[in-house]
Amino acid sequence: MSWQKKILRVNLTEGSCTAEPLNMQWAADYLGQRGLGSKYLVEEVDPKVDPLSPDNKLIFATGPLTGTASSTSARYSVITKGALTGAIACSNSGGYFGAELKFAGWDMIIFEGKAPKPVYLYINDDHAELIPADEIWGKSVWDTDKILHAKHQDPQLKISAIGKAGEEGVMYACIVNDLHRAAGRSGVGTVMGSKNLKAVAVRGTKGVSVKDPMRFMQTVMEKKKILAENPVTGQGLPTYGTQVLMNVINEVGALPTKNASVVQFDGASKISGEAMHEPRASDGKANLVTNQACFGCTIACGRVARIDKEHYTVKNRPEYWGASGGLEYENAWSLGADCGVDDLEALTFANFICNEQGYDPITFGATLAAAMELYEMGVITDEDTGGVKLNFGSAEALTTMAEQVGKGEGFGMILGLGSKRLCEKYGHPELSMSVKGQEFPAYDPRGIQGMGLTYATSNRGACHLRSYTVASEILGIPEKTDPLVTEGKAGLVKAFQDATAAVDSSGLCVFTTFAWTLEDFYPQIDAACEGEWTLERLAQTGERIWNMERQFNMAAGFTAKDDTLPKRLLTEPASSGPAAGKVNGLDKMLPEYYELRGWSKEGVPTPDTLRSLGLS
Amino acid sequence: MQRSLYISPDKCTGCLQCEMACSFEHEGNFNPAKSRIKVFTFHTEGRFVPYTCTQCDEAWCKSACPTEAITLDAATGAKMVNDGLCVGCKVCTIACPFGTINYNTTTGKVMKCDLCGGDPACAKACPTQAITYIDAEGTGYDKMRTWASRTDTQTAAQA
Repeated sequence: MSWQKKILRVNLTEGSCTAEPLNMQWAADYLGQRGLGSKYLVEEVDPKVDPLSPDNKLIFATGPLTGTASSTSARYSVITKGALTGAIACSNSGGYFGAELKFAGWDMIIFEGKAPKPVYLYINDDHAELIPADEIWGKSVWDTDKILHAKHQDPQLKISAIGKAGEEGVMYACIVNDLHRAAGRSGVGTVMGSKNLKAVAVRGTKGVSVKDPMRFMQTVMEKKKILAENPVTGQGLPTYGTQVLMNVINEVGALPTKNASVVQFDGASKISGEAMHEPRASDGKANLVTNQACFGCTIACGRVARIDKEHYTVKNRPEYWGASGGLEYENAWSLGADCGVDDLEALTFANFICNEQGYDPITFGATLAAAMELYEMGVITDEDTGGVKLNFGSAEALTTMAEQVGKGEGFGMILGLGSKRLCEKYGHPELSMSVKGQEFPAYDPRGIQGMGLTYATSNRGACHLRSYTVASEILGIPEKTDPLVTEGKAGLVKAFQDATAAVDSSGLCVFTTFAWTLEDFYPQIDAACEGEWTLERLAQTGERIWNMERQFNMAAGFTAKDDTLPKRLLTEPASSGPAAGKVNGLDKMLPEYYELRGWSKEGVPTPDTLRSLGLS
Repeated sequence: MQRSLYISPDKCTGCLQCEMACSFEHEGNFNPAKSRIKVFTFHTEGRFVPYTCTQCDEAWCKSACPTEAITLDAATGAKMVNDGLCVGCKVCTIACPFGTINYNTTTGKVMKCDLCGGDPACAKACPTQAITYIDAEGTGYDKMRTWASRTDTQTAAQA
């Protein structure tokens, strides 16, 4: 019920596909998706493994509510040891692929080993086989999608693939499904490429059942109504997408700009959600074509955009004239504000290239921003860049480098390392705006204090999706806290981390939490899944997952020393806006956080804590 | 009053809640592959279009059926497939100009929209009112109202 109770194990070295029963005890303890996939990883992979060795595994995991009528039931995650970070990686994606995998009768796919030659996995319900990838290896995500649809003569086939970036070893390659939804962060696509696995193509016709269908439908209807009536999920997100935040975050002085050297961007309004609605001077059309939902989603925050045909990036290049995935807030920030670029069309183009070639726009933009700072310092020279002027604010630098990373050419090869490795290479590790090797996203912790603790303690490296305290500190959800103070943030971060781990593991989208709390999730899970699912059980499941991820990282060699922030955020005060004069007060939050977690002063979960969560 | 399904593609976001509601109503589980309504995506245009049977008065499927398995539900106007009579010959799937009646390999029968007995699940599940179930004689009224609102009689009189 709700779980398909079946996983597909694919041994790439041997070329075998084997069905095996889902471990239902683990499902009861870790729910699904992020939690359950991570449990399998933790049980089967040595934490010290080289992420790019055949001994690492790559797990595609759905949740019990994936593919049901619950709103936002699209989600699947890819779990592995991250190429970018060396930490546990779990990258979550929407679109239609995850639900299709579930409809084919599978909860999860576990890839192990390495294929001797490039292959892709084809699944048609119970049938699963590895097929040589000769005609798609070397191709972009978009071409791969086109070729596989034509080859299998099935327009309903759902495809998840790596692009050139994943093949070329860009350290932050994504796995992109349905053309522009991505398991984006930590280099999960790099791991896929290292296994010579190009794509997964799936068609499912078996459907998903739930435990108590009538109660489930009744509950789902009630919960959908809450989303529709909430101003964020019912109005803000469908109209402006996550880009509703650009002007808001800039105004509160928390928009990391020019490699986080300042916290406000003069060009913010030009790259905002509002700007995407404005008719362009050139052709009278708006950048935004429409919003789009992922499978089952009644919010529909996704952006579909079209680039001005006369813009320098696409002039005489009709392959980029069609509509495709538009700018989300994080991407508009990384490609825009962080690089100082305010050309909306150029950002949209760079975003298209990220989707087409499969790499993470957050890490790419933040890496380019670091390179721009090094260029302006004279550390990186024209000789390094092949003559491209890497000045902050240069749209040409952005779009040229986006294409070079995508093709694995020129200075793009260096940018493909990510900011940590790039900044170390040029002797300035302090200029990498990363934690545990992963670049932080679009919220400056000097202006939103809780996000400092969020980044420092995130199990997958800096990330906004592990505890989005912006909801409380800026939007007042579920209640308003002061973004400029550190008091109370340790508890807030812990509560958000645990709740988010539970939400992710259900198969639903964390964006619902603008309107829902765990009170709204557990009745849906309880009506769908075997066993009794209460609020307490769900909350504890989240905490268990968080501690399990932490244990993996500690065994991999991370320590409390890694729970920190780039020096800039701790020592260089914000220069303008409401947070002017402030640095992030991590040292005030972290000890309290460890204590609330039941961890030692060294950040190690105590035996009592582990025992109470069933982890010892 | 007879009602009919009315589809406004410009409101559709491609969420497929309609396909899940349809399969749940007819199959008891969530399975878009068995939905009687399908949403088509035109990616490069950024368009999503739900499509299903329009319940023709003189239905080609009904005329073509050699076993008279397709009958009229007088209350709703729906053309209904009687599974007991359907032999799975698929002639109706050839006759239908719109492709909205299809063969189900699991049952060996054809399947099509039956308006859920007068309370279509797809319309209830649609979060954006892209699918509505309205007076069959007034499906154009919304568009008429939109155009009517653009009429500025005063400007016209002054001109």
